[in-house]
Amino acid sequence: MKIHEYQAKELFRTFGVPVPDGDVAFSVDGAVDVAKGLGGYPVVVKAQIHAGGRGKGGGVKLAASEAEARAFADEILGMTLVTHQTGPEGRLVNTLLVEAGQEIAKELYLSLLVDRATAGIVIMASREGGMDIEEVAATTPEKIIKVRVDPLTGIQGYHLREVGFGLGLPEAALKPFSVLLKNLYTLFVTNDCSLLEINPLILTRDDRVMALDAKVDIDSNALFRHKDLLALRDLDEEDPLEVEASKFNLNYINLDGNVGNIVNGAGLAMATMDIIKNAGAEPANFMDVGGGATSEMVENAFRIILMDEKVKAVLINIFGGILRCDVFSQGVVSAAKKTGIRIPVVVRMEGTNVEEGKNILAESGLNLINAVDLKDAAAKVAAAI
Amino acid sequence: MSIFINRETKLVVQGITGKEGRFHTRQCMEYGTNVVAGVTPGKGGQTMDNVPVFNTVRLAVEATGANASMIFVPPPFCADAIMEAADSGVELIVAITEGIPVLDMVKVKNFLATKTCRLIGPNCPGIITPGECKIGIMPGKIHLEGGPAGVVSRSGTLTYEVVDQLTKLGIGQTTCIGIGGDPVNGTNFIDVLEAFENDAETQGIVMVGEIGGSGEEEAAAYIKAHVTKPVVGFIAGLTAPPGRTMGHAGAIISGSSGTGQAKIEAMEQNGIRVCKNLGTLGELCKDVF
Repeated sequence: MKIHEYQAKELFRTFGVPVPDGDVAFSVDGAVDVAKGLGGYPVVVKAQIHAGGRGKGGGVKLAASEAEARAFADEILGMTLVTHQTGPEGRLVNTLLVEAGQEIAKELYLSLLVDRATAGIVIMASREGGMDIEEVAATTPEKIIKVRVDPLTGIQGYHLREVGFGLGLPEAALKPFSVLLKNLYTLFVTNDCSLLEINPLILTRDDRVMALDAKVDIDSNALFRHKDLLALRDLDEEDPLEVEASKFNLNYINLDGNVGNIVNGAGLAMATMDIIKNAGAEPANFMDVGGGATSEMVENAFRIILMDEKVKAVLINIFGGILRCDVFSQGVVSAAKKTGIRIPVVVRMEGTNVEEGKNILAESGLNLINAVDLKDAAAKVAAAI
Repeated sequence: MSIFINRETKLVVQGITGKEGRFHTRQCMEYGTNVVAGVTPGKGGQTMDNVPVFNTVRLAVEATGANASMIFVPPPFCADAIMEAADSGVELIVAITEGIPVLDMVKVKNFLATKTCRLIGPNCPGIITPGECKIGIMPGKIHLEGGPAGVVSRSGTLTYEVVDQLTKLGIGQTTCIGIGGDPVNGTNFIDVLEAFENDAETQGIVMVGEIGGSGEEEAAAYIKAHVTKPVVGFIAGLTAPPGRTMGHAGAIISGSSGTGQAKIEAMEQNGIRVCKNLGTLGELCKDVF
């Protein structure tokens, strides 16, 4: 689960990680009030959306006066911000963060993440702050400091020293940096983060260290033990169809193509998307109804796919294991009778209770196209659009 | 022959009295798996279809000699259950549970590094040696015993699809393993490849990967260096967008890493025959094996 920068910075404050003074605002007047309370200019007005690259897209502005703060707040609030992470359609800005400007001596990079290869928590740091870390890693890998922490023993003094000295910090900043990093680690494990990134982390002219930006992702699988974090979810940042699907525990991702698909199991669902592409069409979604889907879940899956106006045909690909084909078919029939089917639907079904499943579909009187296997299904979908 | 499990395997089921635990225990027993015990804290002394239920894994192992465990414990308690099995002397732990927090799994993984047991999963369909033993949730009847193919996959239903194609073409399987769709798991591709290479009956290997992580790339390099048997590969998720989790917690393209294209290139460069169209995977195996 992604959270906003202002929410991440609230967490930072709680865990003793220095951030600039500032507050969130949802209106132009509110933003000006925050600016006035910061005790001087410049202030920074920052768009709050779940995507990086906000500065380049015009969503971050430095205001030298109250009038400028008002003008920038007015400009950014309500704008559709397009960055390299939002896609061309961009994201509507509903929220601003207004912060005190800082005297920056140096910009650094710092992140913590779960490293799947070594099953540890890895700290990554670089003197090249403000840059795309992937680019730094690709062009000048020697500039990246990587320190692995064993999750069973936690962060030790030598981890902090390796990163602090590696960043070439002045002596006066080493101790505050160690405190910051140790607190960040505690924040990371306490809140089940999957990624925590500060880019840039700044060294001020008076040798303080501070998180100028903050990106925090929470492990969705751990939300059962973080009811407080669940409240940070912003549904406005999510696709409406995806929000609808999540209400029914459906794994659904809305994509740009024209062939909808319903599959059981994530791997088979991805492979089915690939098959659609191979057949010369484009997948309109990823939809995994899961191993233990009920007929109600299937019904909702079908309904959500048909709500997507881009969808010109649907491919249903089910390999019944735990999910029995008859249960699945009941869901499809029920949904089709309620919503009606105006587009071609190709069904490929195999596995547990497949004959019962096929009979239910056949007796329903629905106009479905049957496929005998995957090759056949792909060809029939391509022919249908 | 087979790898990791066979007729001699004695299974304890953790979470045997839950809905899923009960259902799949019965399926495994029908297939012929020797289920000797179940564990549900607080239900010790009861039975489930004549299988004795114990309060702890240690008690179950002491009483029955169970050497493998199948886990259906819900995500909040599953790390605990895996470590309990490991500490009780179980040699093979198969964790079916989906949705374990990744920070729980990194702890489990580092804990298991000090033990000799093997963990398969979590978030996996399990392992089956057709005709001998099934530990997991896969439909048993789609499998064909006798080899020559060994199957290893990160997926569940996608594996069933592959196995079904093999069976329909008369290609039997020695052992089929789902290593799971989570970012941090126990047994990896290389562990299984090494075991298949050393198994006399396995003559060809099917390796089914997906986007996310670098397990396929590492496995491809291992295959070139150590595996003499032919390997057919498949990668799911070529059309997946970056930055989105595709159902499996581990199936995500992060920045430029973990793309399907990079995995296919690594596999082809290391001599693996990569199938580009899932509908023809069985036929490709028939040609290659």
